[in-house]
This record gives sequence, structure tokens and C-alpha cells, in this order.
Amino acid sequence: MSEPILVVRGLRTVFHLANGAWAAVDGVDLEVDRGEVLGLVGESGSGKTVTGFSITGLVDPPGEVLAGEVRFAGEDLRAASPERMRQLRGDRIAMIFQDPLMTLNPVLTIGEQMAEAVLEHGTASAQAALAMAEEALGRVGISSARERLAQYPHEFSGGMRQRVAIATALLNKPDLIIADEPTTALDVTIQGQILFEMQKLARETGAAVIWITHDLAVVAELADHIAVMYAGRIVEGGTVAEVLDDPRHPYTRGLLDSVPDVGVRGTRLAQIDGMAPRLDARPAGCAFAPRCSRASDTCRTADPPESTEGHRRFRCHHPLVMEVVR
Amino acid sequence: MTTPVLEVRGASKHFSRRPTLAERILVAAGRAEPPPVVRAVEGVDLAIMRGEVLGLVGESGCGKSTLARLVSGIHAPTSGDVRFEGRPVAGLKGRERLDYLLAVQMIFQDPFASLDPRMRVHRIVGEALAVHKLVPPGDLDKAVDQALADVGLDTAYRDRFPHQFSGGQRQRIGIARALAVKPRVMVCDEPVAALDVSIQAQVVNLFMDLRERHALTYLFVSHNLGLVRLICDRVAIMYLGRIVESGPVAELFEKAAHPYTQALLEAIPRIHGRKREFEPVKGELPSPIAPPSGCAFHPRCPHANARCREERPLLREIASGRHAACHLLTPA
Repeated sequence: MSEPILVVRGLRTVFHLANGAWAAVDGVDLEVDRGEVLGLVGESGSGKTVTGFSITGLVDPPGEVLAGEVRFAGEDLRAASPERMRQLRGDRIAMIFQDPLMTLNPVLTIGEQMAEAVLEHGTASAQAALAMAEEALGRVGISSARERLAQYPHEFSGGMRQRVAIATALLNKPDLIIADEPTTALDVTIQGQILFEMQKLARETGAAVIWITHDLAVVAELADHIAVMYAGRIVEGGTVAEVLDDPRHPYTRGLLDSVPDVGVRGTRLAQIDGMAPRLDARPAGCAFAPRCSRASDTCRTADPPESTEGHRRFRCHHPLVMEVVR
Repeated sequence: MTTPVLEVRGASKHFSRRPTLAERILVAAGRAEPPPVVRAVEGVDLAIMRGEVLGLVGESGCGKSTLARLVSGIHAPTSGDVRFEGRPVAGLKGRERLDYLLAVQMIFQDPFASLDPRMRVHRIVGEALAVHKLVPPGDLDKAVDQALADVGLDTAYRDRFPHQFSGGQRQRIGIARALAVKPRVMVCDEPVAALDVSIQAQVVNLFMDLRERHALTYLFVSHNLGLVRLICDRVAIMYLGRIVESGPVAELFEKAAHPYTQALLEAIPRIHGRKREFEPVKGELPSPIAPPSGCAFHPRCPHANARCREERPLLREIASGRHAACHLLTPA
């Protein structure tokens, strides 16, 4: 069996603040295979975005990747030079962000910036680069691509801009795409279009995708594997079916129950009381214990170790067992 | 028949930029076009009955927030009527107008932008009470504490500033501010969209508790159909400034009549769905500056025919309590 395209082991990223160094990512392990979509799920402050930034070497001070291993196609990225990382980003590794306006340069035409992405990493002529850009726009469903290349980002709607960002990310046929909340700001019918394009591209090009989101329903329908983050740790991971049909961690269960889906009308939503701890005020033991109905004294003092069950894993002293399937 | 608490009749709201002096001269001389008009809300009829939770659903730019602001008196309609308890609000004066404005309170999406960062919580919550002299000055503190307790906030927080609270708590402060003036109707514009999933459930449950405790009527603007399905009695779907379908939640979700509603329901990812092939609705939301001819949805509709391109369908009753604006449902 070949090694997954991306292997992350014991990743630890801290932020140096006035009152100390705090771990936003606290010992994260991840693996993604070619052609596979991994949904990295968590609420704000859970460390999911910092995980993505740590993998791609984009953590700036006061943040610092302190420990762990990031191996991409066999190459140790933590040992790679900044120059090498710059080479990889935009070429073999692509990132897509929530706000495409941050990614796109407002004073360059779409064609100029897309061509730049090709020229920066290859030997193609300017002519060939523009042709590639035109073809990429067509692939993400943008009509009259040739005319669109001459336009500026402000002439595009939000959904179109995000498609441009995706088309740009895909220009060099990356092996790994890290997408951070790419459809959160978009309407559902536009989100549907983007998910459709992503799925198609992952399948056709064999790219591995890490889809970072807070939206469990998107992950349920898009991803193969899921990793649920809470307070800097992956508290549960496995295939989407395993984790969402039969969660082991009470936090995963709580998240699932607080999503209004097929609930009976007029009934209260099951809620998780309290809120996620701040970066500099994480409790001892299990970080979820203060909000957990199953918490015992052990949870409040001892860090739950990672348990495994086949391919799935979870960190909980009192995991849920198979319940009656709803 | 009972009178709706709030009603809009043929209401439109158009926005336009004020032309500059040079533009006005050029327009008067016939040398230039006047600035474009955004038809945010166009000919909407909608009634909210006492005690119900009415969901207003649509994508960004469809005019749902503008409609919410029309019914709560923040915007005046360009044409048409807003009626509060049967009386046109345009004709209300003095005490009666104040009564309407206080009775209909709005909750906003962004709990960071909707609270004055320089005011302490007790002033935010008590300001309307003090300004309109709704309680004697000696009872103000008590009224504020009552409102804070009502939304589940510790009254010890009354002297803090908004930045000392999380998003969910801030939204509670906004709700306390609305509740303090004892409203009859709450107009909520995407009230949980900016919150984390686990916090959303807390705030939604709070809304439902308050509904029972204070016999409130809600207009609940949202793009979250799962939420609308759970908490609303009726729902109206908007597309490009107009209502294209309305009806009881259970029936509408069971069998959507309008092709747009069908597409919308189809597009929502479901947590119980597994790895599926997405089949996207084609096209973009058209611009409210230049809406398509005929039915505004026809460029994206899989069933559109020649009539849809030419003639705008009217909102008609298609079954008891259900309305839709589609030629396919109401043959000529």
C-alpha cells in the first residue's frame, strides 16, 4: 500500500501572547489519500484553520509551529526551506480561502493573475498560460471565459469570484487542495455548484482535498473521511458514515443534535451548554468536560488518550456506545 | 376573520443613488440616463397572524432583509402599505406611531455591529426605556435586570461592555434590548447565522422559550431551511424582490410547488445524506437592477417555456393556504 499523499503527526502550533504561549493546535494527526476528501470540522477557535496554515507553512508570528511532522508526498515539509515551500504552494499544494477577495488582487485582471500563477511555477509561454486560464475558468462553469479574463475581480459576483479562486488553485493540477470554509459565505444554490465542481475535480485529477468547515451537513455529503476538532485536538476521526451515524465522542453527538435537520417541528433543539474555552483558558483534563453531561472526575483531571476501533479513533474517557440507530 | 398583526399590501421598496448636479442637468437635457434603480422589494403582499412564527426565506440579494425592515418601520415603502393591527402605519402619529415602533422590535444578524461598543450593557438594554419614559426612573435597574434574566444572562454582567462577551452572549444582549420594551412582534433578520453551531441551538431555543413566555409573534428571516422547518408555522420564499411561494411549513417542505423552492430544497446539504453527486442549479441570482423579463426565475428554471419568458406569473392560491407564482401551476 502506498503512503498517503499527506501525513501529519503530532502537529503542535502555539501562539506567543502577552500572557504565555498557548497551543492552538495541540498534537494533531492527519492522513489524506489521493482522490480523497477529508472534512476537517470544528467551531470557531477550534484550531482547524491554524492546522491548514501549519501544513502549508503559512503560520506567521506570534504563531509558531513547535513540533510534529508534516510529510507531503514523502517530503518533510517542516524541514523544507521557505523558498521550497513557496515553490510547492500554488503548484503542488493549493489553498482556497473563505473570502476570495482576499486571494484575488483587485488591480490585476483575472487573466493576469491566473496567468501569473502558471508562469511562476512553470515554463509555459504567456500565451499558453492564458489559454490554460481560459480552460480552467470553463471547467468551473464560468461561461464566456475569454471575455471574463479581461475583467477585474470587482466585476464578478461572490460565487463567481470563489470559482475563479478555485480555478486558479487548480491551474497547476495540485496534488493537495486545502480549502478553508470556501462556501460559507455563499448561497446554497451557488454552494451546490461549487461542491459539484470540487467533487468532479477531485475525481478527475486525483487530488487530495482537506475541506475545512463548521458545516457538518456539507461534510456528510462531500467527504470520505471526517476529523472533528475541539480546542486544538482531533477528538474524533473516521469515515463519514462511521462518525456521523454512530459517534463515539459526546461533542460529535452534541454537534449532530444541534443541527436542525429532520427534527420534529416545535421541539427544542438539543443544545450543548456553555461555550468553547478560550485559547489561554483551557481546562485541565478533557477540554470538553465542562460542557459534557458524561464528564466524571477523571475527565476533569486526566487527558483522555486516543482510543482506536478499526480505522476510527476518538479521545474520550466515556465514549458513547452504539445506540439505537435513528 | 381575524386581523393580521402585521401586513404588507403591494409593498415595493426601490433604492437609487441621488444624482449629482451634473447628472441632473444631463438627465433633464435628455443627454443621460437617470441612476439605476434597485428594485429590492417589488409588489409584496404578506400577512403575519398573531402568535405565529412566519419564516421568510431566500438567497442573498432577494430582498428579504429589506422586507423585514419595511415591516419594522426602519424603511418606508416606495409604494404600497404596511399595516399594523389593521391600520396603515404611514398615517400613525405621535403616541400611536411610537406604540407601533416599540411593539415591533428587530434582532439583527451581526451581534458585533448591532451593539454600541462604548455603552455598558445596562445602558444598551435600558436606553429605550429611559428615552421613552416607559418605566419610572427608580424602576429602570429592575426592568433591565428583568430583561437580562429573561434571556439567560447573569445580571452581574450589567456593567460590562459588549467586547467582553462572546457572539452568542452578544446576541442575547440584543434580544434583551428588544424585550425590554415589551414588544408584540419580533422581526429577526438571520439572528443565528453568525453564531457557531452549538451556540445557534442555544439562541434558537431561547427564541422559542420567549415566544411562549411573552406570547410573541415572529417574522424569522433566514436562509437556513432546516431551522425554518423546525421553528416556523408558515414560510414565504422570496426570489428577486418577490414572494414566489408561501404556505404552511409542513406542506411546503413535503411538496414544494415552485421550481425555485424545489431547487432550493434540493441544494441544501443534509446531515443524513452521504457522499452524493451534486446536481447544481445552473446560473446566478440575477441583478435586481435589471431583472429578467417574465418570471424572474426563468433563466435558471428547468421547466421554463415561452410564456415564462414573456409574462410575469402572479402569486395565486394553489391549494387552501398555499400560494405560488408559477405559470406551470396555474395554466392560462
